[in-house]
Amino acid sequence: MPNVIEAAGLTKRYGEVIALDGLDLAVAEGTVLGLLGPNGAGKTTAVSILTTLVEPDGGTATVAGADLIRQPGEVRRRIGLSGQYAAVDEHLTGFENLDMIGRLYRMGRRPARERARELLERFDLVEAGDRPVKTYSGGMRRRLDLAGALVAAPPVLFLDEPTTGLDPRSRNDLWVIITELVGHGSTLLLTTQYLDEADQLADEILVIDHGRAIAQGTADDIKGMVGGERIEVTVAHSDEAEKARSVLAPFATGRIESHGGRDTTLVVPITGGAPVLTQALRALDGDGIGVRDVMLRRPTLDDAFLALTGHDTAADGGEDDD
Amino acid sequence: MTELLASVGDGLVIAKRNLIKIRRVPETLVFVLISPIMFVLLFAYVFGSAIDIPGSSYREFLIGGIFAQTIVFGATFTGAGLAEDMQKGIINRFRSLPMSRVAVIAGRTASDVVYNAISLTIMSITGFLVGWRINNGIPRALAAFALLLLFAYAFSWVMALVGLMVPSVEVVNNASFIVIFPLTFIANTFVPSDGLPGPLRVFAEWNPVSSVTQATRELFGNIPPGTPEPDAWPLQHPVLYTLMWVVAIIAVFAPLSTRRYRRATLR
Ligand SMILES: Nc1ncnc2c1ncn2[C@@H]1O[C@H](COP(=O)(O)OP(=O)(O)O)[C@@H](O)[C@H]1O
Ligand SMILES: [Mg+2]
Repeated sequence: MPNVIEAAGLTKRYGEVIALDGLDLAVAEGTVLGLLGPNGAGKTTAVSILTTLVEPDGGTATVAGADLIRQPGEVRRRIGLSGQYAAVDEHLTGFENLDMIGRLYRMGRRPARERARELLERFDLVEAGDRPVKTYSGGMRRRLDLAGALVAAPPVLFLDEPTTGLDPRSRNDLWVIITELVGHGSTLLLTTQYLDEADQLADEILVIDHGRAIAQGTADDIKGMVGGERIEVTVAHSDEAEKARSVLAPFATGRIESHGGRDTTLVVPITGGAPVLTQALRALDGDGIGVRDVMLRRPTLDDAFLALTGHDTAADGGEDDD
Repeated sequence: MTELLASVGDGLVIAKRNLIKIRRVPETLVFVLISPIMFVLLFAYVFGSAIDIPGSSYREFLIGGIFAQTIVFGATFTGAGLAEDMQKGIINRFRSLPMSRVAVIAGRTASDVVYNAISLTIMSITGFLVGWRINNGIPRALAAFALLLLFAYAFSWVMALVGLMVPSVEVVNNASFIVIFPLTFIANTFVPSDGLPGPLRVFAEWNPVSSVTQATRELFGNIPPGTPEPDAWPLQHPVLYTLMWVVAIIAVFAPLSTRRYRRATLR
């Protein structure tokens, strides 16, 4: 399959901050690339460059056969963008927003109107379609923004953190919509901070941090890079968490992380499976540490991220971006 | 040619969108309506009673100045509108579309002509009620209104650049005061410029706000007979001089603001 998006050595700096540090990426026709990284990793910068909003300091890229630097107008004709913050006009109705975009794609009066109605229907916004967007919920705005990206039915789509800040239900709705889009053959570059989202939606995942690619592959590949298993232990008394950590240290093949209320849950990377778990529990019991919950599991993408970057996804990857 | 027509079409789509906002948020109109009324009444009754211009009604003299000042202030809307679009992020939608790169600004400056036309209408009615009259026939009066709107349109491009450069709407408002206050006060708007001290007088004579005001007064027939011919060339040929500024402002600020728009990054 030919690559529809191809970028090599993209760099961008903002003063002191290096937002992109030689990023390469490729997205094959009809597939979804998930660009995964924490806040400040450079996801939005990458999307902005590939959608011609920002000029890179260095590097080259082609999008849908058009050269990014030499034919930015052609690129714009062939892409749809739904940015990190919904770019909709609050004072216009949903219909007016989509109609305006259609006109700006120079679709002509009638086709623009028909397309707007069609998209409102598809995104479950028919009832709200004639109300000003001011009255919309976050999830509705997001859907409208995504509909805006689809007005001209572009072959290539860019979605920058499409579900950030949404409640679980709206998030699920969007997942369904995005899965449908891909089913229709669109090529998609999607950014996310959520590992489960990348796992769910992307064929291929590119993990970036500090503007650089640090891992690439399918969700399974990336989990595989981390290897082994994880024991998750929740201690019964929070004041025993520290003691438990030192008891479990000899079993760990990497750093022990903690989370949960008052850090009472410890995540211990191990190799060796159930027998090691049994030994670990015996050791805890021997020291009189009460265990409320325990689990042996394969590493998730969260663990993978931690292992690859040395910090977890919630932690700041550099600068905050909002 | 087709590309040019398409660009004009894009500009109209944007202008229409801006005008929808006036309908949805009528409060913005209140400002457009109230402040000109306030200006006319304030100047007519507060200053009008204190300042004496020989052989003339100060009120009649004032109207041209108030019109000019108000429409120059009207350009603040252009800056504020673009700054808001930047803040709200919709500029990124426009910039990712295969539309004309100048249309967002051109559409804004065009829709703001409507604002200015409304405020001129309101001011004319208010002026009429306090004794201002058109003494030179309707065609010349229409020419005066056209010149005012044209100058306002050109000045909108200046504030468009400001709006695209500053981080927020509030800054536009402050910035516009810094630019607009000197321009509209160091002029013949409220007092005859020949009474001003040295350098201020020169500034006032070459200030395009003075020439718009002078042209407006002449076209309305608000200059009393026997008033001596002004010394400065711009005020002797106010219509021509104003038109020269209109062309110059657009020639400089349209490319500058378009360039700025292309590079705009949201933060
Ligand atoms: N316009 C800008 N001016 C200055 N710094 C910026 C700008 N845009 C992004 N950055 C910085 O570049 C880095 C990458 O940002 P971004 O691409 O927004 O990351 P992400 O989308 O992954 O959160 C961050 O450190 C951010 O603060
Ligand atoms: Mg981002």
